[in-house]
Amino acid sequence: MRIEFPSLPENVSFARASVGAFVAQLDCTLEEIEEVKLVVSEAVSNCIIHAYDNRSNEKIMVMASIGLERELEILVEDTGKGIADISQAMEPTYSSDETRMGMGFTFMKSFMDNVEVRSIVGEGTSVTLRRTFLYHDKEALA
Amino acid sequence: MKIECKQVRSTLVVKLSGEFDMMIADKLRREIDSRLESKQITNLIINLEKVTFIDSSGLGVIIGRYKKISSQKGHMYIVGASASVEKILTFSGINKLIPIYKNEQDIINI
Repeated sequence: MRIEFPSLPENVSFARASVGAFVAQLDCTLEEIEEVKLVVSEAVSNCIIHAYDNRSNEKIMVMASIGLERELEILVEDTGKGIADISQAMEPTYSSDETRMGMGFTFMKSFMDNVEVRSIVGEGTSVTLRRTFLYHDKEALA
Repeated sequence: MKIECKQVRSTLVVKLSGEFDMMIADKLRREIDSRLESKQITNLIINLEKVTFIDSSGLGVIIGRYKKISSQKGHMYIVGASASVEKILTFSGINKLIPIYKNEQDIINI
């Protein structure tokens, strides 16, 4: 799936609901779907707040795909200001905005198997989130 | 998301319903802060009974109000968080700063 939308706050819920509905086909638990929705919410909120400094007329792209081995890949991309220091941005509780908690990337790293951030200052940022979901019967046997 | 506020003596009770993300964060921050500044409020109860989702934008509003309330030597409580919302509160460590109760009655009974 691929969606593109303006950087409006109301589109954060649209993006997480869309990816959540897409992931539901994996027959995963409600808890797992909630975790996916949370990480999408964080990644898209970051685009609006940090990449675009809350400007609402910019573009955000979200892509999600599911592989044959139940591997989910989500790509969230903006064309905003970019991140100069990616490792600092990913530190727990770090935020460039002091009114925020700086938990976004911590949630992404905790609830996904892998988080990859690519950014070019002045051009934009792409965040790739990957997670493989176990089969429930296999999970029960584990 | 819906915001309902009521004042009981020196305590402001804020009842939220729906999804608690950046869509509502700024509005809620302004709503609570204006009441904290204009009224004789020392304590704050955030009722999350009808909140179905929370992310770091919502957590940011909660922790920001906690800093304000505790700087004025007041108390803050969270009540009614569902299992999925409580999981995020616990994960963020907010539960170590702000006590979480099942309902408002539990706070009154302390």
